[in-house]
Amino acid sequence: MLAYIVRRVWQMVPTLFGVMLLLFVLFNWVGGDPSYILAGKNLSAEALAGIRQQLGLDLPLPQQFLIFVRQVLTLDFGTSWSTQQPVSALLHSRIGPSLLLTGSMLLLGTVLAIAIAALVAYRRGSLTDRLVTLIATCAMSVSALVYIIAGQYWLAFKGGWFPIMGWSDSTLDNLLHYLPLPLLLGVIVGLAPDIRFYRSCFVEELGHDYVRTARAKGLSEPVIMLKHVLRNAMIPVVTSLMMSLPYLMMGAMLLETFFGIPGMGKEVVMAVERSDFPVIKAITIYIALATMLFNLLTDIVYKLIDPRVQLH
Amino acid sequence: MNPAPPLLSVRKLRVSFRDEHGHGAEAVKGISFDIPAGKTVALVGESGSGKSVTAMAITRLLPEHGCHIDPDSEILFGGRNLLTASRSELRSLRGGDIAMVFQEPMSSLNPVFSVGEQIIETLMLHTGVGRKAAQQRALALMQEVGLPAPERKMRSYPHQLSGGQQQRVMIAMAIACEPKLLIADEPTTALDVTIQQQILQLLASLQQKHGMAVLFISHDLELVGQFADEVIVMHHGSIHEHAPVRQIFEAPQDAYTKALLRCRPHLASRPAKLPVIRDFLGDSCYFEPPQRQRGYQTDDRVILEVQGLSVDYHSRHGWFGHHSQRAVDGVSFTLMRGRTLGIVGESGSGKSTLGLALIRLQQASAGRVLFEGEDMLALTPRQLRDYKRRIQIVFQNPYASLNPRFSVAQILTEPMLLHGIGCDTAERLQLAGDWLEHVGLPRKALAKYPHEFSGGQRQRIAIARCLTMHPEILICDESVSALDVSVQAQVLNLLQALQDELGLSYLFISHDLAVVKHLSDQVLVMQQGRCVELADADTLYAAPQHPYTRQLLDAIPQGWPHCIRPRPA
Repeated sequence: MLAYIVRRVWQMVPTLFGVMLLLFVLFNWVGGDPSYILAGKNLSAEALAGIRQQLGLDLPLPQQFLIFVRQVLTLDFGTSWSTQQPVSALLHSRIGPSLLLTGSMLLLGTVLAIAIAALVAYRRGSLTDRLVTLIATCAMSVSALVYIIAGQYWLAFKGGWFPIMGWSDSTLDNLLHYLPLPLLLGVIVGLAPDIRFYRSCFVEELGHDYVRTARAKGLSEPVIMLKHVLRNAMIPVVTSLMMSLPYLMMGAMLLETFFGIPGMGKEVVMAVERSDFPVIKAITIYIALATMLFNLLTDIVYKLIDPRVQLH
Repeated sequence: MNPAPPLLSVRKLRVSFRDEHGHGAEAVKGISFDIPAGKTVALVGESGSGKSVTAMAITRLLPEHGCHIDPDSEILFGGRNLLTASRSELRSLRGGDIAMVFQEPMSSLNPVFSVGEQIIETLMLHTGVGRKAAQQRALALMQEVGLPAPERKMRSYPHQLSGGQQQRVMIAMAIACEPKLLIADEPTTALDVTIQQQILQLLASLQQKHGMAVLFISHDLELVGQFADEVIVMHHGSIHEHAPVRQIFEAPQDAYTKALLRCRPHLASRPAKLPVIRDFLGDSCYFEPPQRQRGYQTDDRVILEVQGLSVDYHSRHGWFGHHSQRAVDGVSFTLMRGRTLGIVGESGSGKSTLGLALIRLQQASAGRVLFEGEDMLALTPRQLRDYKRRIQIVFQNPYASLNPRFSVAQILTEPMLLHGIGCDTAERLQLAGDWLEHVGLPRKALAKYPHEFSGGQRQRIAIARCLTMHPEILICDESVSALDVSVQAQVLNLLQALQDELGLSYLFISHDLAVVKHLSDQVLVMQQGRCVELADADTLYAAPQHPYTRQLLDAIPQGWPHCIRPRPA
């Protein structure tokens, strides 16, 4: 196991290098000259040259790449071009609200989706099953924007049960006041496709021979479902779950924008709007790192669930 | 003396299934039989005869949707009608008084729990003992069913055990709560012959020791003859004959029983054509065809010569290590034109790998494969193309080896297109239809899809697909192993007829020695990748030299009176 982890981490080095190279090439070819953007209206030759020198853009490309490599290795991406804050401090302050929102969404959504999916899979073919499938299909066909706007209008503005938007510095305040509505809407949007996917995982497992053996042993249906089937059905469920983990860091762009939550999602939108290259670079590298780490974690979790998995 | 009441009585059992279009099909047509306490009753029939449905009906494990049991049916066990029993009554019976063992031990065990845990679960459920006591009992059970190193095996997962060991675990689980009735549904069909013999012996000794009744379900009459007290022969959902085992074998009354007894190839005779069920069910009397002589002749020409073929499998191991395992180890043989070489061995003996290496679907690590003098292993992919056409393979599982989304026409014309046979689609379709008729299927089958055919018919399609390329060598990798004995006889007859007509040479890979003897001129016995014996078929079977060959021969089910346990006179 340890040998496997060490080997996998070692394999990440060339992958990360590839990501860096790609990112560097893209920014230099496609991104255009950032000094034009930064110079804004006072576009003079001296101003441009000054900005270039300040950003290190006058240096030869290999040297610029080396600077980028050093930034990645020290995880210090300099200062944001638009706010002049250090990038690391900026992201540090943004990751908290995002994780709070997306983490609780994921936890609540997964538990709910698995519970409902297990129930309808057990009663497959029944009215409940058909009804849930029908509702899920309809719910999937409606845009997430509709849920957000309708939720803000009916539940917050008309109903007055939640604040329409906002965020505070106190975590407790956030948990009690500002989080519930975006959390609720986020869970509802994600629930329908999850239920349908998890249901199919359960139904497939229910057709296997070991379920017949479990029944022939005299086990009751809830035990068969929650002990024998659940653990086998978790294998595809974990796959889809782990794939979504790196995006936790990205935050929920729409929810954060609509509810004024100062998270990563909002920051990404703003950074792209302002061509804030250091911030975009940092986020891209962080996402790449997270994807690789979560992939490794997925494989290890597989091994824990399914003893047949061999880590090579 | 008034006989004791039977342990289980099935009365007028009638089961029908409805498909999604609402069409009903009766799977079991009002059958009645008794199982006396402590006796073994065998239910024999082909697939679709309703034997498994009957077993499932006893434990009420049939699917609830689309399955209908006639309300007049009764299954009496200990004075209770199981068909009207409540769910909780059924649950306490299942695994308690009535236990089951299934066909596929690998898929019947839950892959993510240790085998010890799965036995302990049954014990704790029915006997109400604590975990510690259950653990002790599970250990004793695993010892009783003959699992080596039971302490270590307790913590093993199903995939870490061999097929025979998995079935032993299933049996340990079944006998855990001292059942009165053990239902064994084809418990040895998925196992090797030698393992099959061991499992049967185990079941027989456990039955005597615990005084259980056993309902043994099988498609193989010979196998059942060694083991059962009474035999029930089923066909199309009804009972054709129900008699003590001696009578079934010595004086069968029913034509279908006679047919089942005859259509399995025997070691003692080799008819030019095997009898099939239809030969017995008609009005005309069946006459045994003349015997066929086998063996390489001096004027035979060599078509394929294999010299020292080896195949290695590689896997990663530890920090930097690589692990390689020799699956085939220096095997040499010669195949003559128009003859058959049988390759025999158990699972893991490397016989399938050998077949794959010959057509380069598996990389060989050493040796030469001379096809009419040309080394196939040294050819470039371009040169290999023509040789690929001339050497074709028919695989074991007819359900998995045909693409389910291709029509039969597509399956048959695709290889012709690849190898440039036939100038246009119309001609290729014409040829495909011809080949279908050749293998005994109607031309209109071209428009159908694989799932619309039975196992035997699918194997015919697979053979037709090979024939479209006019091969000279056909590799049959366990091609009849998944088929019922009666269907197996039909496919074997087809293969023989094609060899006589087209002069094909066969490499016939199988674990079934009787089938191999029927079809082969020479036989190669493989064990752990090595060839342990290679001889003329008749010589090898008459005087086996290697102990392993003798062991394989001893394990062939011989039917009555070669029973594997002492029988009361």
